[in-house]
Amino acid sequence: MSKMKKDTYHINSLENEAIYIMREVAAQFEKPVLLFSGGKDSITLVRLAVKAFYPAKVPFPLMHIDTGHNFPETIEFRDKLVEELGLELIVRHVQDSIDEGKVKEESGKYSSRNSLQTTTLLDAIEEFKFDACIGGARRDEEKARAKERIFSVRDDFGQWDEKNQRPELFDMLNGQIHHGQNVRVFPISNWTELDVWSYIEKENIEIPSIYFAHKRKVFLRDGLIWSHSEFVYQEDDEEVLERMVRFRTVGDMSCTAAVFSEATDIASVVREIRDSTISERGARIDDKRSDAAMEKRKQQGYF
Amino acid sequence: MEVLKIATAGSVDDGKSTLIGRILYDTKSLTTDKLEAIEKTSKQKGYDYLDFSLATDGLVAEREQGITIDVAHIYFSTAKKSYIIADTPGHVEYTRNMVTGASTSQASIILIDARKGVIEQTNRHFFINNLLRIKDVVVTINKMDLVDYSEDVYNKIKADFSELMSKRDYQDQKITFIPVSALKGDNVVNRSNKMPWYTGQSLLEHLEELDKKDIFNIGTPRFPVQYVIRPKTEEFHDFRGYAGKVYGGELSVGDEVVVLPSQTKSKIKEIYFYNEKFQTASRRSSVTITLENDINVSRGDMIVKDGDLPTIDKQFTANICWMDSTQLTNGGKYIVQHGVNKVLAKVDKIHHKINPDYSGIEENVTGLNVNDIAQVTFKLNKPIFYDQFKNHRTNGSFILIDTQTNSTVGAGFIQ
Ligand SMILES: Nc1nc2c(ncn2[C@@H]2O[C@H](COP(=O)(O)OP(=O)(O)O)[C@@H](O)[C@H]2O)c(=O)[nH]1
Ligand SMILES: [Mg+2]
Repeated sequence: MSKMKKDTYHINSLENEAIYIMREVAAQFEKPVLLFSGGKDSITLVRLAVKAFYPAKVPFPLMHIDTGHNFPETIEFRDKLVEELGLELIVRHVQDSIDEGKVKEESGKYSSRNSLQTTTLLDAIEEFKFDACIGGARRDEEKARAKERIFSVRDDFGQWDEKNQRPELFDMLNGQIHHGQNVRVFPISNWTELDVWSYIEKENIEIPSIYFAHKRKVFLRDGLIWSHSEFVYQEDDEEVLERMVRFRTVGDMSCTAAVFSEATDIASVVREIRDSTISERGARIDDKRSDAAMEKRKQQGYF
Repeated sequence: MEVLKIATAGSVDDGKSTLIGRILYDTKSLTTDKLEAIEKTSKQKGYDYLDFSLATDGLVAEREQGITIDVAHIYFSTAKKSYIIADTPGHVEYTRNMVTGASTSQASIILIDARKGVIEQTNRHFFINNLLRIKDVVVTINKMDLVDYSEDVYNKIKADFSELMSKRDYQDQKITFIPVSALKGDNVVNRSNKMPWYTGQSLLEHLEELDKKDIFNIGTPRFPVQYVIRPKTEEFHDFRGYAGKVYGGELSVGDEVVVLPSQTKSKIKEIYFYNEKFQTASRRSSVTITLENDINVSRGDMIVKDGDLPTIDKQFTANICWMDSTQLTNGGKYIVQHGVNKVLAKVDKIHHKINPDYSGIEENVTGLNVNDIAQVTFKLNKPIFYDQFKNHRTNGSFILIDTQTNSTVGAGFIQ
């Protein structure tokens, strides 16, 4: 009862801000959608959406752009979450875009379906005429993301014009757009990785098991720990090892590296993150491609 | 733990990005992979020191040109506080980004290059800090290593800046001077032994000690209704909740309230945060309120305490910062977004332009160009419920939206 506790002031203020943003989306747009990847950030978004509209249902669907190279645990988790919360889920497959000849599968050592997702996403936005897509990107993740607005306008081609962004003042969000444009919305822009984990701990939110330490077949390359899987290209001399690992971010299997970990519960994960000396994206293979990798992908319409 | 939002201001090359990078480095907030990337790039560029600005300049064009083009938000925390620093560009043409960065900040850092002293740009930065009523301003005199850590240089800059202070109209602002070297790390996080004549705190020590009470503007409670929640389920059949954020003060169950614009009176029945009921909704919390009476309330309406009404009017005068390359002209029509409320507005009169370098005003103005600051009267197609900016930072501010391009083209502070 009464006022909120003091030691949670920081995380509460982030939560209040995110709920405010969720409500602005519902009020300002006709067809919003929440982009759901199955990762901890999008699970956090779902929790915030549920809280924002209680006791009414979340007034927009979730959409998963499925690369087909998922960790099986995340798909199971996704279906259970949607069922339990009575949410609507739309799934669109990268495989379909490949079959339709719209994108070409990459090949070779660093091949991944991660960047192919963009085409599938833009097609789905067009198909459903979504005017706002809520995403879990955070400004602390990556330096191009640090420049992102909370309401970020995309043109008809889904592109981000980074040098010509709308100024965002106070907490007023301008969601006015032209027909054909859409807005990417980032309610947890101001959260750090540690904030997300602390929130998951505080709210007791269930997350997929791959976020906790488990035994997994892996191999080492470029100082990163890769999953041994049919979806990940592996050279003959790259030896398969079995190790206790955990994932800090969960995306496509081909672009998500693991970290060695003994943290089997949320409290020890939070402790590990707090003491960590490597950033979350340090384990993202897609970002290692170049210093400007993220900015390029964003210009093309990536999340 | 508290969150402190800080804006930075300074001219190009005064060292803002370096200063932020230095803070990150000295508070051990840079992770190994980010530090390695900075080391690698610094070496590639042939520097014999670490270029910390690489930590914040995130766009390709920024790294190529070695400048900050757009606002970046940098996050770090100490045991005491969480910080969000907005690294804002210093070019004159980017004034709008500075106003943007400052609009969400409680404190600001103005950088001055010790070799150059107070320049025209400094006046502008201070003016904007004043216009936006930033409570705590730290004047950081940087590159002290290049002036032999001279006390005379510091004193001269302090004296010049103090002259500016007499011209401002927000006199309650707290101003602190700190001599630093962002590059070498003197007085940034750790106190320096190179300037024994300076006995004050380091920059971070100062920020750590700022009290929430001192830096957050507090006013009277205003509750703009964002969204009406009507579940229409069996369990919540008649539930009608008003979702929104509480600004300025607190609201409690039982408070006698007035709903604007209808001026209908009612009482707060329940305050929900998710599925929990609370007695009081604190400032800046996103709650859902139910009222005793079944009255018609919709988005854009405002719930306030009885006897504590804002101004309800179809016109107002404000200082605005114009942010678009297309001119604002007399008679021009725009959308005013005041909180979550949108109304159509017409420019009734541009009274005068205010030179942001404190050199006075310019009268007989017919149009405003990008980065101009001016006093303007607007007429609205329906009333809004506002307070003066000096009494209420949230309910006294608005943005202007172009009806054709939908862009945010200006920001205003109601007088
Ligand atoms: N000697 C010296 N050089 C500095 C200091 N701070 C910044 N610089 C240099 O000044 C230049 C501009 O710095 P930068 O951080 O990019 O400035 P910004 O434009 O304000 O962000 C860079 O070459 C920095 O290395 C300082 O304290 N001492
Ligand atoms: Mg800079």
